[in-house]
Amino acid sequence: MIDRNDPYFWADLLDTILKGAGETFYTVGVSLLLTVLFGLAAGVLLVTTEAHGLLARPFGSRALGVVVNRVLDVVVNIGRSIPFIILMILLIPFTRLLVGSFIGPTAAIVPLAIAGIPFFARLVEIGIREVPKGLIEAAQSLGATRWTILTKVLVAEAVPALALGLSTTVVGLIGYSAMVGAVGGGGLGDVAFRYGYQRYSPEYMFAVVILLILLVQLFQSLGNFAARRLSHR
Amino acid sequence: MISVSRVVKSYGSGTAQVRALDDVTMTVKKGEIFGVVGQSGAGKSTLIRTINSLEQPDSGTVHVGGRDMTKLAGRDLRQARHDIGMIFQHFNLLSGRTVRANVELSLEITGAGRAQRRSRALEILELVDLHGKADAYPAQLSGGQKQRVGIARALASSPSVLLSDEATSALDPDTTRQILDLIRQLSKDLGLTVLLITHEMDVVKRICDSAAVMSQGRILEQGSVEKLLTTEKSLLGQALFPLGDIPPTSNAVVEITFTGVATDRPVIAQLARQHGIDVGILGAAVETIHGRQTGRTRLELPGDERAVSGAVADLRSQGLYVEVIK
Ligand SMILES: Nc1ncnc2c1ncn2[C@@H]1O[C@H](COP(=O)(O)OP(=O)(O)O)[C@@H](O)[C@H]1O
Ligand SMILES: [Mg+2]
Repeated sequence: MIDRNDPYFWADLLDTILKGAGETFYTVGVSLLLTVLFGLAAGVLLVTTEAHGLLARPFGSRALGVVVNRVLDVVVNIGRSIPFIILMILLIPFTRLLVGSFIGPTAAIVPLAIAGIPFFARLVEIGIREVPKGLIEAAQSLGATRWTILTKVLVAEAVPALALGLSTTVVGLIGYSAMVGAVGGGGLGDVAFRYGYQRYSPEYMFAVVILLILLVQLFQSLGNFAARRLSHR
Repeated sequence: MISVSRVVKSYGSGTAQVRALDDVTMTVKKGEIFGVVGQSGAGKSTLIRTINSLEQPDSGTVHVGGRDMTKLAGRDLRQARHDIGMIFQHFNLLSGRTVRANVELSLEITGAGRAQRRSRALEILELVDLHGKADAYPAQLSGGQKQRVGIARALASSPSVLLSDEATSALDPDTTRQILDLIRQLSKDLGLTVLLITHEMDVVKRICDSAAVMSQGRILEQGSVEKLLTTEKSLLGQALFPLGDIPPTSNAVVEITFTGVATDRPVIAQLARQHGIDVGILGAAVETIHGRQTGRTRLELPGDERAVSGAVADLRSQGLYVEVIK
């Protein structure tokens, strides 16, 4: 139990919380980057490799399109169906192989990204699917390449939906990061677990909880705001 | 300019197979406005989409300006499409781009530089009378304005052919007229060849030089509008001048088609005077086709066969188109 009457109690608390928050930002930030990169690609491919999709025949081969589509679908479904706490444990050997350890903020990136990618991919898929087919045809009639259609039509028109998906994903990742933190991934989850739970300090626990609530609010509002500003429908 | 030859296109297979295009042959001359009319499901969209190869026919050829579109792929196909603009029923504008940026997309695709894109976009927006809306988003525009953007986007790369897939079908009658007049004007000013498809007769009446009537994947008749109107049993003629069913009568029934000056001639009075026939009027319809008053009157001609055939011959000798119905 921490001594609340220690003159340095609040300064220590602030220090610890800030350090935890910094680690959380780092972990969530990097895993978010990976999530956006791979999730966007996976989401776009999920829609476009369907029959009659823009990439139904990558390199002229429908078979390849089918394989990419099926494999992605299965992988994303698996990723989405494993509870995060189990995924985290399952990934320990892989994480160790990749980062050398499964403890610490950098190691925490691995399970976070792997949980985030399929989550975001489904949201991207929904957003891309909502882009009217007619827009693709219009661009084709202008002589656009598939890449142009992908970037300037499909992704560009889905941007408001993607912004909402992004904020939902950030919120999810913050939640997961607390879970990884509790088992050695550092960050706010680690603070809550070690100080709040193991050394029973309600102040630490509350501080973490309030900070998490604020972060979630912030990112969700940011996403909503961005989606509204970016949508001209 | 556009020549479609023996094109067949089916969808589905087995018993569910639909022949959307069933041996279609069609020619659109340079600089003319050609309308394809037909009911929903006739195969019109499929036909127009084979012209810019959005749809590949099962067999047959499609030539546009000398290029066989069915043989093109990749870069060559994209290049050919720069020369064929297309507009759509639902406009298909990018909601996230301003009017100007929508037009510029066309120029981004053809690889024009930034400054050139900007000036060309503004120039073409001026041409469609939308210069004041360059920075608006499509959602802020009326249907007619959206279609003007569609037209500007289609024409930005200076194509020689414009394809229109029911471009006025989502618009009210007034706006439809404005858009049709704009297309006619642009076609004249830019020497555009226009192929448009529609289920509305009004469109053909207002702007088409030539037309084809389509049903169940087949072209039933085609030719210049004027010629079709003076062709026996022309479906286009019947559709443009709906005179209804022929009432039961033992007398001869004829239909006279008037164009231009002939409208003014006192034909009926003359028949009574010169041939002693007591003419009965069974129906009449007058339409403005291409800005010219054109009408069709269905007359009942009592009297013996000789009197009737004499009267018909007389009318024909005056340059009137007369069709003996019974
Ligand atoms: N992609 C498609 N798949 C299956 N059937 C189609 C497809 N496109 C059109 N068809 C069918 O082909 C026929 C002609 O359609 P369409 O060319 O759209 O007619 P229209 O434009 O005259 O209404 C219809 O029976 C339609 O159901
Ligand atoms: Mg159609």
